[in-house]
Amino acid sequence: MDALLLQVLNGIDKGSAYALIALGLTLIFGTLGVVNFAHGALFMIGAFCAVTMQRILTLSYEVVDPTRTDFLGQPLKVAVPYVEKFLGESAGAAIIDWAVPISILLAVPFMIFIGFAMERGLIKHFYKRPHADQILVTFGLAIVLQEVVKYFYGANPIPTPAPDAFAGSFDFGAMLGMEAGNIIYPYWRMVYFFFALAIIGAVFGFLQFTTFGMVVRAGMADRETVGLLGIDIDRRFTIMFAIAAVVAGVAGVMYAPINSPNYHMGMDFLVLSFVVVVVGGMGSLPGAVAAGFLLGILESFASMAAVVEFLPGINQIIIYLVAIIILLTRPRGLMGRKGVMED
Amino acid sequence: MFGLNKKDSVLFVLVLFLTMCAPFLLNPFPQGSELAQFNAGYPDLMQRFVIFGIFAIGFNILFGLTGYLSFGHAAFLGVGSYAGVWMMKLLTMNVIPAIMISVIVAGLFSVLVGYVSLRRSGIYFSILTLAFAQMSFSLAYSVLTPITNGETGLQLNLDDPRILGVSEVNGSIPPPNLFGLSLRDSAEMTFGNWVFTFNTGYYMCAVLMLIAFYISIRIFRSPFGMMLRAVKSNQQRLNYTGLNTKPYTLAAFVISGMYAGLAGGLMVAMDPLAGAERMQWTASGEVVLMTILGGAGTLIGPVLGASFIKYCENIFSKINDNILHQWFAFMPDGIEDVIVFLVHPFVGKGWHLTLGLMFMLVVIFLPGGLVEGGQRIGRLFRRRKPDAASDASQTKPAE
Repeated sequence: MDALLLQVLNGIDKGSAYALIALGLTLIFGTLGVVNFAHGALFMIGAFCAVTMQRILTLSYEVVDPTRTDFLGQPLKVAVPYVEKFLGESAGAAIIDWAVPISILLAVPFMIFIGFAMERGLIKHFYKRPHADQILVTFGLAIVLQEVVKYFYGANPIPTPAPDAFAGSFDFGAMLGMEAGNIIYPYWRMVYFFFALAIIGAVFGFLQFTTFGMVVRAGMADRETVGLLGIDIDRRFTIMFAIAAVVAGVAGVMYAPINSPNYHMGMDFLVLSFVVVVVGGMGSLPGAVAAGFLLGILESFASMAAVVEFLPGINQIIIYLVAIIILLTRPRGLMGRKGVMED
Repeated sequence: MFGLNKKDSVLFVLVLFLTMCAPFLLNPFPQGSELAQFNAGYPDLMQRFVIFGIFAIGFNILFGLTGYLSFGHAAFLGVGSYAGVWMMKLLTMNVIPAIMISVIVAGLFSVLVGYVSLRRSGIYFSILTLAFAQMSFSLAYSVLTPITNGETGLQLNLDDPRILGVSEVNGSIPPPNLFGLSLRDSAEMTFGNWVFTFNTGYYMCAVLMLIAFYISIRIFRSPFGMMLRAVKSNQQRLNYTGLNTKPYTLAAFVISGMYAGLAGGLMVAMDPLAGAERMQWTASGEVVLMTILGGAGTLIGPVLGASFIKYCENIFSKINDNILHQWFAFMPDGIEDVIVFLVHPFVGKGWHLTLGLMFMLVVIFLPGGLVEGGQRIGRLFRRRKPDAASDASQTKPAE
């Protein structure tokens, strides 16, 4: 029981990331009918927003501290961040500590901008082109974005710690009244899970309970008719693209403490997220989310020592294997709709 | 000639001429001159031209004719490489068994992958092939380490059995050979300041590429090729007429997989090691790019695309800031620094950025690739009627 629960918990943080990226991919696919290979790059850019915010907040100047000396006997130079200078030491330190959550403030406008720029500047011209062209051009864009980030931030992973309040782990098992010490789980992963749930809930709520969302859903079902009713559906779809970009971006921001951001993290997630979308069913939002969590948990179960001993290497390929089986037995995916990308 | 019509014969002779005279053509600048860094006539690079040419020709048979976009073709190249190295470890350093087994193993593997993947088409096919390739990549890194040697890559050792050959010669691993002819041997010809290198390995690869190219022409012009084109333009209609397209697409898939295996085997023959990174999906993306850049669905396109990309990769990644400063030295200092600063991100380590940009520009503006670009320029000069039906068969861009 303990072991099972532990694996479920281990799976949900990766599953959350898969679900968020797959949600964005499905949104874009469902609205614009475009296969976006650059979505992983958006996730990566989000993570680097956190890095950037951290760097901005820790911009500092040097003061000489005459009371202390460094190892050469000279007066020690201490770096003082500007935030601490302007806001006082404790408030400044707290802000620096909370750099990752604060970066959401930077990431949201930035991702909206990127989303708009991408859709208006590039994707717009590819609605009528075959899917192969869409895949190829967004693949090229992904390479470009990745290389630009690499140019500015280097190729090494950049550690981006979570706030101290969430730094450690807690004993999840003891909380549920089980034997203590069996299920230790890091705080931040729990935070990430609830954050993902909140974002997913917000997107679904937005689509389900607002007029805007209603129009978008109508447009997903029958774009032409909605257009004929005099609604500027293209504009709304552009906004949906920006929303999808924001979802990927904030998913990346919050993921930064779990896995230090490097320039190719987007590509690594992208392939898996595509598999998730296919398993969930092209164009089905609940399918994407469900498949994201499902595959995340499945992956963590496959990494259990007992399983790996029995079937070596299964943890590396389980997701692809599941995808192949699903595609061959249930071509529409778990919750795919009829008529969406049937061929 | 050899069952080719006149136009194809001309094309074939042209490619024959280009590959055979490549050591001359690619070395237009004398040694030691300023421009010598643009020379491409050294064996290593020329070998890569033709090997990746073979890879792209094979990919084009699948993508250009049937329109199925495979994102996992590098897996076949990787599998072929591993098989080739094993042959060299176990049997002999003669490259013939290695190349043959590469083709066979890659072919068998592609039967397996193709049989499953071809049940779906469109984007699902792309994702299935991608999944298979990523699976092989992960397996090569983890469980299959006894076969693939994991991250280190599979290499030759001194104590390998090599039952048909010798394990070692004077304490070192014998070089790959073709019936005793070492593939690393080169003849050099000096003419004034020019140095031309004729490498045995290159010529072996070139001959194989010519054969591959010839087969590809024959496939393009055969009834089988017509059927593949029909699959591309309207598969549904073919199905409605009661025709099962699966054997045709599977055959195309396996043929292109075998081409990839041949390329993998040749890579091993030139440099006997194999690593898992050859199977990564970025490597698959590269061959897609080569084909698109040259012109998918055309005969000569993939060869052009492969050489173009490998040449640019080589040249761009060699350029550094010092060279840039030399180039722009004629400008005033301030402007020179600005220009070097602007160009800097695109060269040297930034080659991938240029590659990505090139990729996007080609897909956006020139979906038919270099071949279409050439035709557009040609049309501009000749002012011919646009509906010249004669070359319609050759200019079909990929979909």
